[in-house]
Amino acid sequence: MGLLRYFAIRAALIIPTVLILYTLVFFILRVLPGDPLTAILGTKNIPPAELKALRHQLGLDKPLIVQYFDYLWNVLHGNFGTSLVVRGRPIAADIFQRLPATIELSIAAMFVSLVIGLVTGYIAAVKKDTVVDSAMRFYGALAYTLFIPWLGLLFQLVFSVWLHVLPSGGRIDPGMAPHPYTGFYLIDSLIEGRLDKFLDALAHLVLPALTLGIVLSGPYTRLLRNSMVRVLESDFVAAYYARGIRKRKIMLHALRNAITPVATYAGLQFALLLGGAILTETTFSWPGIGTYLVDAIMYRDYPAVQAVVIVFAFFVGVISLFVDLLYALLDPRVRY
Amino acid sequence: MALEAGRLVSRAVARFTSLFGQKRGRYMFIAGLAIVFTVVFMAVAAPLLTPYDPTMPSGPSLAPPSLAHPMGTNRLGQDMWARIVYGARIAVFVVFTATTLSMLVGVPLGLLSAYHGGVVDRVLSMIVDAIYAFPSLILAIALAVALGPSPVNAAIAIAVVYVPTFFRMVRGEALRIKRMEFIEVAKAAGLPESRIMLRHILPNLIYTVLVVYSLAAVDAVLTEAALSFLGLSVQPGTPDWGYDLYYGKDFVLSGYWWLIFFPGLMITLFALGFALIGEGLSEMFRKQV
Repeated sequence: MGLLRYFAIRAALIIPTVLILYTLVFFILRVLPGDPLTAILGTKNIPPAELKALRHQLGLDKPLIVQYFDYLWNVLHGNFGTSLVVRGRPIAADIFQRLPATIELSIAAMFVSLVIGLVTGYIAAVKKDTVVDSAMRFYGALAYTLFIPWLGLLFQLVFSVWLHVLPSGGRIDPGMAPHPYTGFYLIDSLIEGRLDKFLDALAHLVLPALTLGIVLSGPYTRLLRNSMVRVLESDFVAAYYARGIRKRKIMLHALRNAITPVATYAGLQFALLLGGAILTETTFSWPGIGTYLVDAIMYRDYPAVQAVVIVFAFFVGVISLFVDLLYALLDPRVRY
Repeated sequence: MALEAGRLVSRAVARFTSLFGQKRGRYMFIAGLAIVFTVVFMAVAAPLLTPYDPTMPSGPSLAPPSLAHPMGTNRLGQDMWARIVYGARIAVFVVFTATTLSMLVGVPLGLLSAYHGGVVDRVLSMIVDAIYAFPSLILAIALAVALGPSPVNAAIAIAVVYVPTFFRMVRGEALRIKRMEFIEVAKAAGLPESRIMLRHILPNLIYTVLVVYSLAAVDAVLTEAALSFLGLSVQPGTPDWGYDLYYGKDFVLSGYWWLIFFPGLMITLFALGFALIGEGLSEMFRKQV
């Protein structure tokens, strides 16, 4: 019962989080100088009357507070509005088209970062206080400070320009895009049964996923190392050694015990992952939600920005909820 | 003989690593400080370090690194080393302004929130947590766009985004200190709240604030670079690492590696400098406690 109640409270807390962020972004966009019409139309001379009509048509002449609640009301009814830039285009359609690209990239990057972070962290802990340990910890610090576009461009230089082994950008070669059953190219190509499309999509995914994954792996290295070192010093490990259990088996037990803080962090890192995805997508011309958001902000496409922020905030809330549940499953001591 | 030599070598390695283990905190701190000082020196002494004007052509277009142009030239024939050196000015200005502003707002708020508790604390914490959970880069982009692209506005945008980092750390640490006996004693002695906060709690927060400052500076370096990479900080043509990386991006596929290698290297080095300071400090303080 305790867990269920906790789950319900946590789920309910997602709502104020989303509301706070929506409010923040709504007012940042509107209170500060700048206007979507001038951003869209540039400095062209438009008769004031026509400008006023356009403003009315887009609902920008209503009082702010009315605009604020209007949009919220629409979102509650599943209507994210239409783009101000490409007028009449529903934003929900754009988001649904681009979200899978970002999720595909994020999952691949998460996978890369966990593999690298866990392996380096594990090695550092086992070789505690040696040169190897120092090298791994230095890697952990360095990885976080790598500037994503720089790492991405270096990868393009080496693997696309010099070695010609991987494509330098985009999600798939022109004309190869599979039918969007799910929007995930790796899955859609397999549904179509086209291995060539699958491999093409995979080849495009490698460099962006590596770039984002390496940058995100640093904190995992440090977390797993420190938590593993603590576990290796604990009594139960000493008891295993005393009973003559093989070292490899002991290490596996220790790893399972050391991994909980990593799981917690993985959920918290979701925000960092989305931020990093923006830069990765820009560097690799990846047609995801990050590049969409940057464009929307630049053109002051208010409803589009609001929609993406709400979707992002909701995702962040849901993911951190699931991490907490995962935590409870991994560590039987956790009770709510 | 060989066995003896091997033993000697392994003992020497062991001694070296144990030394490294003990003093790692201090080494990291010094290395980080050296990097940050070098960048600040580049910013201050830029005209002494290069004879070239970073915004004027000084050689052939797209020349690879050579003795005359150690980091090559870009398409306009501008010397890349000159652009790197002058670019340090923007980076240093934005990073220190943004992080200091963040600290000046975040620390007092965190302190107040922790000391007073109640509704103020709950409301502040909730807002801060919501911002904290959201990708900071997106908020920084939104603020920078709304304020208009300029280094000062980039600094303000970054400052706003990292207030939560200071707030959360200071609040947590202040809550811990607040429960300590000497604070109870101070309260029992009838000292005014403001005095307890400023004279008794704040001084104990200095280590925390220093560590958070350097770690927030890491993020500030990377966010500043990201904003100018997206065209949201400096005017086109201004020497700035993020902008130069953006400018060089289109030349990568033609193999002009020096256009992106050096600007990106500087961004990462500058961030690494602050990271090493932060890591070193926290390791040293932990040992002290």
